[in-house]
Amino acid sequence: MRRPRWLQGPRLKAEPAEPADAEARALMAARMEAAAQARLGRSLALLHVNTGSCNGCELELRALSNVFYDLERFGLRFVDNPRQADVLLVTGPLTRNLTVALEQAWDATPDPKWVVAVGDCAVDGGVFKGSYAVVGGTGLCVPVDLTISGCPPSPGRILTGLRTLLEAHAGQGAPRSG
Amino acid sequence: MSGHSILQAAEAVVCRPWLRHILPPHDWSALARASVADGWTLLAHWADTHAAHALYFDPVALAAVPVSVPVEHGLYPALSPIYPGAAWYERMVHDLWGHEAASGADPRPWLDHGQWPLVAPLSVRPQTATEGDPPQPADVASDSLMLLQLGPVWGERQEVAALRLTLDGPFIRQAESRLGYSHKGALALMRGKSPRAAARFAARLSGDATVAHSLAFALATEAAADVQVPPRATALRVTMAEIERIAGHLDNLAEIAGLAGAESIRIRCGGLREVLARAAATAFGHRLMMDGVVPGGVAVDLTNDGAEVILRALGDISMQMSWLRQAQDGAALFVHLAGIGRAGTALAATLGVGGVAGRACGLGLDVRTVFVPGYAALSPRVAVRPDGDAAARQQLRIFEIEESIRLIGGALQSLPDGPISLPLPQVSGEGIACAESIRGDVWHWLQLDHGQIAAIFPRDPGWCLWPLAERVLENATVDDAALIRLSFGLPSSGPDL
Ligand code: SF4
Repeated sequence: MRRPRWLQGPRLKAEPAEPADAEARALMAARMEAAAQARLGRSLALLHVNTGSCNGCELELRALSNVFYDLERFGLRFVDNPRQADVLLVTGPLTRNLTVALEQAWDATPDPKWVVAVGDCAVDGGVFKGSYAVVGGTGLCVPVDLTISGCPPSPGRILTGLRTLLEAHAGQGAPRSG
Repeated sequence: MSGHSILQAAEAVVCRPWLRHILPPHDWSALARASVADGWTLLAHWADTHAAHALYFDPVALAAVPVSVPVEHGLYPALSPIYPGAAWYERMVHDLWGHEAASGADPRPWLDHGQWPLVAPLSVRPQTATEGDPPQPADVASDSLMLLQLGPVWGERQEVAALRLTLDGPFIRQAESRLGYSHKGALALMRGKSPRAAARFAARLSGDATVAHSLAFALATEAAADVQVPPRATALRVTMAEIERIAGHLDNLAEIAGLAGAESIRIRCGGLREVLARAAATAFGHRLMMDGVVPGGVAVDLTNDGAEVILRALGDISMQMSWLRQAQDGAALFVHLAGIGRAGTALAATLGVGGVAGRACGLGLDVRTVFVPGYAALSPRVAVRPDGDAAARQQLRIFEIEESIRLIGGALQSLPDGPISLPLPQVSGEGIACAESIRGDVWHWLQLDHGQIAAIFPRDPGWCLWPLAERVLENATVDDAALIRLSFGLPSSGPDL
């Protein structure tokens, strides 16, 4: 695990040598790539849309901003207005009480736009499938481009998914239009 | 007449570890009045298909007091004329079970936003919903006031709630919150399932309190079945619950620092929370330890290097604590937080507020010290502050991180060997239990019928934190609203059920 400098120093206990961390190495490589992408002006604005999450997925979305993931280095940033968004990051099993809110966010996001269903709930309703209060899965309301499963998915997994989008954006650049 | 003398006259059923008294309507109301005079608090109010229930806390006897009243012709006597905070519960009871609180303070729907296919989905025979008018918030009294509607979708990687602020210049005159957006129908999904199957829903009531809700649910189940889990399970539960507390407090410290522009604190607390989440993943197989605590014990044992990895992460956090304490009390952040979001002790007590919010205004109850197994031998220390403001809440969060580090050290040091769970007998019974979440006490009540969940209600601290935050927001300036919301850590999914 790559450790920030302020985390290095004496430990509570004598620590055995850490095994090389594949995830950290992958993140490092990704960072370099991201720097190149940012130079090419490829960046994506993300809007979080909560459709009834338990807050577990939000914890991991917030973690994307910590020093270990630092998603801004990849040219990814969170915005709070659909009009500025390229990507809707949807969490939660789409409760009936939030269906209108999701539709409004989608309508207000300009084309071209992507929708990413983050977490088992957003993928297909997760454990809440079949509840009277739940529609079950983002895709039942708006078209979904990418699903990231997990309950909740780890920040590393979310980041990998978002980088796939970045690559698509940088490559053929053909996101779904309205 | 005192509360206890009213109870003595009533019939009772066993609701382990207490008795649940069944009161005639007149005594149900009399008890509510007596409870105020006796200094009790109303912890929760809910229902099942044929009765309404209330859970009081008697701080002198240190006992929870569950009581019930039969619902007759769809009606039961309202508690909200005596406890204004009970109005949300009454609206929820009406939306889920269809029982009406006679003379209740507020008849508007709460969880039911007019979108469900069913009316009163938990009633004996739910009816198909017909098109209705969406519920309206209370009218604004005067034209000179301005309305500010925040939410329901905040776009801030937070939970969903709507907050309607009535402004007079920069000052908030009235704050009305609206919840229920993330209602997922958890109670209906849990009913009729085995405790192990239902535990998955308890674990998903509130993601950053998943261990606490799972623990309260498991303890209530074990109380109902009258079993005690193996000592190793109890010690691992303490470890998970305290890791969750540290992680949750770090997350909150990071979020508040981010909002207040204290970037160095945000970066360090966010990084430390990540270190701990990774340690939890290594030790227990899940970053949030979701589904780790189950009825009968714990689902996973520590991995071989689990204890080592946890202690190392805690060492990293320990090393930063004195820096964090200084930075927190340093000029920049403290000035931002001092005096902001000040909660009064009397109001917090009436609403039954516990956790950091309660302890920051002098209310010392921490259910770990009284009710939760595994803590007594570790003698948890509880700090309180008199100030009631955002600064006091942050200081307490820092204190609690350090105390939780000590508790985990103690639990892991004397970790007993042996099994980590036991099978639950297929019995009938009723139980109540609690756990201390990052936001305060979580209570679960449930009934088992031949080993299956017959009825359940989980009380999340959100039920009392939102009404407290509403009153605190009134008199604040609109610029401070976001900070106040974060400082109370207002949850939606937990109370939305
Ligand atoms: S996927 Fe899991 S963590 Fe995410 S909202 Fe659903 S239950 Fe919560």
